[in-house]
Amino acid sequence: MIISVASGKGGTGKTTISVNIALALGEGVELLDCDVEEPNAHLFLKPKIERNEKVEVPIPLVDLNKCTFCKKCSDICRFNALAIVGEKVLVFQELCHSCGGCMAVCPEGAITETGRELGFLNFGARDGIGFINGRLRVGEAMSPPLIKQVRAASNSELITIIDAPPGTSCPVIAAMNGADFILMVTEPTPFGLHDLKLAVEAVRLLGIPCGLVVNRADIGDHKVFDYAESENLPVLLTIPFDRRIAEAYSRGKNIVEEFPEWRERFMELFRKIEAIVNERGGVAHA
Amino acid sequence: MREIVIISGKGGTGKTCLTAAFAALAKNSVLCDADVDAADLHLLMQPEVQQRVDFMGGCKAVINPELCTDCGTCKDLCRFDAITEQFQVDAIRCEGCGVCVDFCPVAAIEFPVQRSGEWYLSETRFGPMVHARLGIAEENSGKLVSLVRKEARQLAEKRGANLIITDGPPGIGCPVIASISGATVLVIVVEPTVSGIHDMERVVDLAAHFKVPGMVCVNKFDLNVEMSETIEELARKRNFAVLGRVSFDPAFTRSMVEGKTLFEYGDPTATWQQVRDIWTHIINSPSMNTLGILDLKSTIQ
Repeated sequence: MIISVASGKGGTGKTTISVNIALALGEGVELLDCDVEEPNAHLFLKPKIERNEKVEVPIPLVDLNKCTFCKKCSDICRFNALAIVGEKVLVFQELCHSCGGCMAVCPEGAITETGRELGFLNFGARDGIGFINGRLRVGEAMSPPLIKQVRAASNSELITIIDAPPGTSCPVIAAMNGADFILMVTEPTPFGLHDLKLAVEAVRLLGIPCGLVVNRADIGDHKVFDYAESENLPVLLTIPFDRRIAEAYSRGKNIVEEFPEWRERFMELFRKIEAIVNERGGVAHA
Repeated sequence: MREIVIISGKGGTGKTCLTAAFAALAKNSVLCDADVDAADLHLLMQPEVQQRVDFMGGCKAVINPELCTDCGTCKDLCRFDAITEQFQVDAIRCEGCGVCVDFCPVAAIEFPVQRSGEWYLSETRFGPMVHARLGIAEENSGKLVSLVRKEARQLAEKRGANLIITDGPPGIGCPVIASISGATVLVIVVEPTVSGIHDMERVVDLAAHFKVPGMVCVNKFDLNVEMSETIEELARKRNFAVLGRVSFDPAFTRSMVEGKTLFEYGDPTATWQQVRDIWTHIINSPSMNTLGILDLKSTIQ
């Protein structure tokens, strides 16, 4: 089963919820940090990193001995990643989306592929909890291909918890697509609600069942709860604002470890998700 | 023309609340919301939209089933798994590369340009504002960010404003890169948590990579004073000026609920003074005054 933890707005507690569910469940769980721009889950789970892997995406490499400067490659490229200037071929590798069109269209077979470094995958574990994160190279713009690589490295036998990036555009979609359940973490403020609505629209587009965690549930106003009711979104857990939780978080401590009474609440949260997924016909993936 | 871009790396550190507070302090400025993916600044600014323009992003492939011969060429060539077994295009997976369009032997694939969102020219009680809304699940957020910033610049020129205040997106990827390139200075809002500090280091690296000067302020500093000191030390080490500290103050949330900036809610507090001091630091910083002249306009006129 794949549970993707998303939010729309940043800083609502995605990482906190992801890590605490993983810790509450323990062995047989795998945590994927798909917020590859700013991965944080490792700071809280504190896994032992066992190995890492460089991730590259293919970009064109032009053999000037074969090239006839026919411009078919620059014509097909919708991303302006290739330009022919006289007897020169310019490759703007940071603009390349790795579609392979230039290589397929070249009549001389002058284009092969080389790699552009996207970042790294780190693999580790803690107390039987598997851990993978992606770390986007600083200066690299495209996070979705790296997010897809984190997902591809996942072990489908396990319960997979995905810590998704904030927002509602392509990186979030890459972290949610194909999940069995989307857990939205929000806060009851105008910003939290506004971005939640956008994120829920994205989830509806994907047709995945969805439920809410309302974090810092007693700050702000009641509108998030009204919205949840009107949209038929179950509120699966509420966490009140507690300065002790905020301070523990600031030091990298986890709720279920610092406040043991929360362990059962996170397990209950998981059971509720499991019930919804089963009711919807079970897990889509073996 | 100067442009201050407020970013954070980590989300939820207080970028938008501080941007709005700065807007209330600034004179003769243009506001720009570059967080097009989950824009929130308008919730505090309540802009009156003067002009609404469609944002045409990339194209997406559409297979015409009448013409399709099920030959499978498109499916073989597509690197994004966007062609289904039934030879339909999964619009969410389609990258808009058009390779299938060009290679289809019977020209059965159309490639219409997509309306990927819209952007707005607005008026607010603190001056003009440029903002946008990217469509749900859309790509091209970097392109829309660049567009919004360009429009803000043109608007500032037209209005004779010499300052743009831009609310940036979280992260370090495509929309952030589009937000910071060519900015006068970055204001990085950091919270004193292990994740706040981790994400700040990445965003500082990004600023250094693109050679944009930056300054750091610590928000909610009293949640962890020791960590706040570490952040400031780290900032100085990386040659980022330290602007000051803002307290953890529920007034930010309360003012947000009322759609107001910090300075429009309740009576003056110590937090007001902290934010004012930070704003003064920003305006008087060497990055904003490269010739050492505090008021460039008065010198020229």
